[in-house]
Amino acid sequence: MTGLETPSERTAAAWQRPPVGMLAELTHRCPLQCPYCSNPTTLSRRSDELSTEEWADIFRQAAALGVLQVHLSGGEPTARTDLPELIAAARENGLYTNLITAGVLLTPEKIRAYKDSGLDHLQLSIQDSEAANADRIANHKGGHAKKLAVAAWVREAGLPLTVNAVVHRQNLDHLEAIIDLAASLGAHRLEIAHVQYYGWALRNRAALMPTAEQVARANAAAAAALETYRGRMVIDYVVPDYYAQRPKRCMDGWGNQFFAITPRGLVLPCHAAETITGMTFSSVRDHELEWIWRHDPAFQRFRGTDWMPEPCQSCDFRDRDLGGCRCQAFAIAGDAAATDPVCALSPHHDLLVAMAGDDAASGAPRYHHRR
Amino acid sequence: MTVLEAITETCRPKLADFVRVQFDKARERWVLQGPERVLVLDDTGKEILDRATGAVTVSEIAARLAEEYDAPADVIRHDVLAVLRLLAEKNFLEIVDDRS
Repeated sequence: MTGLETPSERTAAAWQRPPVGMLAELTHRCPLQCPYCSNPTTLSRRSDELSTEEWADIFRQAAALGVLQVHLSGGEPTARTDLPELIAAARENGLYTNLITAGVLLTPEKIRAYKDSGLDHLQLSIQDSEAANADRIANHKGGHAKKLAVAAWVREAGLPLTVNAVVHRQNLDHLEAIIDLAASLGAHRLEIAHVQYYGWALRNRAALMPTAEQVARANAAAAAALETYRGRMVIDYVVPDYYAQRPKRCMDGWGNQFFAITPRGLVLPCHAAETITGMTFSSVRDHELEWIWRHDPAFQRFRGTDWMPEPCQSCDFRDRDLGGCRCQAFAIAGDAAATDPVCALSPHHDLLVAMAGDDAASGAPRYHHRR
Repeated sequence: MTVLEAITETCRPKLADFVRVQFDKARERWVLQGPERVLVLDDTGKEILDRATGAVTVSEIAARLAEEYDAPADVIRHDVLAVLRLLAEKNFLEIVDDRS
């Protein structure tokens, strides 16, 4: 039993609250091969990708439904030559348009074209503060140096910059240098994201899992930097799941505020939801977005609190964390409807802690690079 | 000096170019849109931001609002500074230099 059946009573009431944000995964193509990539381990083919017209129609539907912000991502979204048209289509519908990029395909001309098309904000990933290790992690020679140039071009074009750094055992000791690098690149905002373990990252967990000591040092460094950079650079930092006692409010609740669309048009409550095998998701090629948001059984499945098992159902934190992460429950407990194993009250919590400890101590240095 | 430190009654604040005040039709309210942030504006917030164009000082914004709402100027000034500091912490605000 996986708890994935759709009970008939759930199909009754349409969901009324509108979504706030959407992630548009324009392509799975990417020149980098980061071992923690959030894309599924089976990637969409280019020939299956949604067309310019299909995306433009999706942005129209999304704005009508109440979406305010769109995050253009991938894969590497700048691999799409129609990106200026897609940005313009999003802006025409009033969406705040954010480009999430690895940067290595960019030129000053491309960045200006995106800005002229109405891009509001750009988020650039870095893999480390040091070129050699960053390029090794991404398996892309020269990538880090290119990113430093891209950051300058973004600022010259007058676009606000967020730097995104995914952290794990093989770069976490450089966190202070990563923070200082982001500031020196003129970032308005820095997002420090611990690896989330599903898909590629789950496969590479032994090589990525930080030690408890590393995490304690990183938490302290992030707290200090928050003060140091107050008023100059906004820093968003979240304590990593495997070393937490309470689950995070994942996606602000399943199907509550947000949805993701894959390169071939599947609409997901979370970009990792496809890791929950046995669930089926609807496509924008078969249904209107509004129907999917309000009625799709996959979205209805974990909305609200009725679906929760004990100890969640009677827990004071129920409405605060909305049950945490369903993908993690599936990955660790084998049941997407189980209590998030991050929670100290989960029967699987000890297993999670033991897994983290074993992985962190494994010393495994090698990755299965995404390809 | 950071924008946060530069906020005084005599400074001329202005929203950063990349931040948008927008009417949210689906929910019938005004919002401020920035990178990864949507802030809901109440009536006071909207009134303050409509006036934060870089042309007038915080004191002038507060004085006009106090007159319009027939409220004590020092209370309004306190509110205006609080809203602006909140925005500066999120890096959403600029101060227009008036040394020219």
